[in-house]
Amino acid sequence: MIRDITIGQYYPSESVMHRLDPRVKLFGTLLFVVSLFIVNSFLGYIIATIFLGAIIYVSKIPLSFIMKGLKAIILLLLLSVAFNLFLTKGEIVFQIWIIKITKEGIRLAVFLAVRLIYVIVGSSLMTLTTTPNDLTSGLEKSLHILNKVKFPIHEMAMMMSIALRFIPILVDETDKIMKAQIARGADFESGNILKRAKSLIPILIPLFISSFRRATDLATAMEARCYHGGEGRTKMKPLKYAKRDGVAYAVIILFLVVVLAESIIVPRIPALSIFVV
Amino acid sequence: MSIKLENINYAYSVDTIMESAALVDINLEIEAGSFIGLIGHTGSGKSTLIQHLNGLIKPTSGNIYYNGKNIYDKDFNMRNLRTHVGLVFQYPEYQLFEETVFEDVCFGPKNLGLGADEVRARAEYALDIVGIDKELYNKSPFEISGGQKRRVAIAGVLAMQPEYLILDEPTAGLDPGGKGEILNQIAILQKEKNITVILVSHSMEDVAKYVERIIVMNQGRILYDDETRKVFAHYKELESIGLAAPQVTYILNKLKESGIAVDTSLITIEDACREIYDKMAGAERKS
Repeated sequence: MIRDITIGQYYPSESVMHRLDPRVKLFGTLLFVVSLFIVNSFLGYIIATIFLGAIIYVSKIPLSFIMKGLKAIILLLLLSVAFNLFLTKGEIVFQIWIIKITKEGIRLAVFLAVRLIYVIVGSSLMTLTTTPNDLTSGLEKSLHILNKVKFPIHEMAMMMSIALRFIPILVDETDKIMKAQIARGADFESGNILKRAKSLIPILIPLFISSFRRATDLATAMEARCYHGGEGRTKMKPLKYAKRDGVAYAVIILFLVVVLAESIIVPRIPALSIFVV
Repeated sequence: MSIKLENINYAYSVDTIMESAALVDINLEIEAGSFIGLIGHTGSGKSTLIQHLNGLIKPTSGNIYYNGKNIYDKDFNMRNLRTHVGLVFQYPEYQLFEETVFEDVCFGPKNLGLGADEVRARAEYALDIVGIDKELYNKSPFEISGGQKRRVAIAGVLAMQPEYLILDEPTAGLDPGGKGEILNQIAILQKEKNITVILVSHSMEDVAKYVERIIVMNQGRILYDDETRKVFAHYKELESIGLAAPQVTYILNKLKESGIAVDTSLITIEDACREIYDKMAGAERKS
């Protein structure tokens, strides 16, 4: 049950996307998300779709697996679509009682839904193709400059990678504790909200205690290996750009340029007005 | 009265590239009243198998029958099954959560919906079996020693008075004294109350001493399922899958190789001692 969460998961496979430097993927995701908010026409969305489709194809991750990640945001998606659909003022297409659907509302709702879905798919592509370790070392290296303003970037990255590393462990642990309490007759499914919340105590207390135990153990183990923060610490596998990373950067920038050009040029050329909606 | 498993298959992470078979075509019958040992290398599927027995996980295919009733039928009462089949997980002390030792043991019987007096009586009975003194009843389960925690956790399942008791390495990480004590108590319980015990263990000596039937798992399949002595006769095969036979099996086999006609099927130290003494004394008399 809890194992089904795919957001933030790593999907092991052999692909160019997996081998790319994490910095490229971080930067690329950021630019992709930004570009989604620049896009404001059909043509723009077609370009973004082709780009995203190509990346999914290259990453060799089954589309069905990526789509599973969308389950987590389905409620958010429906809510924001509904708000835009019903509350936007404009030319009325359809009306029952006080519920009005406007042309502008449909347009906004569709664009918003596509935008949200693409943001989630785009960013989960990054986490699906990058191990948590790579991701944090990519972040650490990219944000290295913040050290100059005394921001403890190494510590932040370390905290993040430990937190990420602990998610699957805690999921397993929760699963185990839950099963053990079910075996002792615990019931998590019936009763009102108060009763259900109370029934979580036998899971939460052991989980908290084991987290603290693991944290102390980890701290001891790190100190035993002379960990004392980021200063002077070298990496076993330092990040190094390869040729493919340069190509990837070029592709991303090209995509951004195309999107920018499209959003500036298309609205000004009357012949292309069919794309504007 | 039995639990019967029919063609059970189980795989983790079905439909992803991480899919891996944990159990392959398991057929098994566990008769009431028996003392069964379940052995196998780490990752051989023991823990997965025992979680099927009280319906905690659902097999990918296959059926399980409890006293002849299919436990995956819609009208089967799963909670009721769990009160009859008690499962003590590995390192059960990590599941303690109540404020006092006594209350924690009460958790199981309370979930059965018993009256307050009956709950208290059962908790006392269970704590008595595992040898926890009354002075510890009101202590926090987090301030007692590791061995005591383990006993309290086992008592938590015993208090439900299950007919089938499954223990997943109940003595892992305990000192030898505590180990023997816990297993002895369980063996007594098994005889006196005639409950069925399934003991998952890595210690061949423990298995040899207590159980009457052994199930050997290897890579998700049942390799042997037979009387204890007959299984340990395959000690060479057991070694090839990362297991072993009890020490005495090796001694007896060496003695036999060197020409002393001992019975190599003996598995407990006491039996082997007597046998070696008899045969050696007999040999001396002859010469």
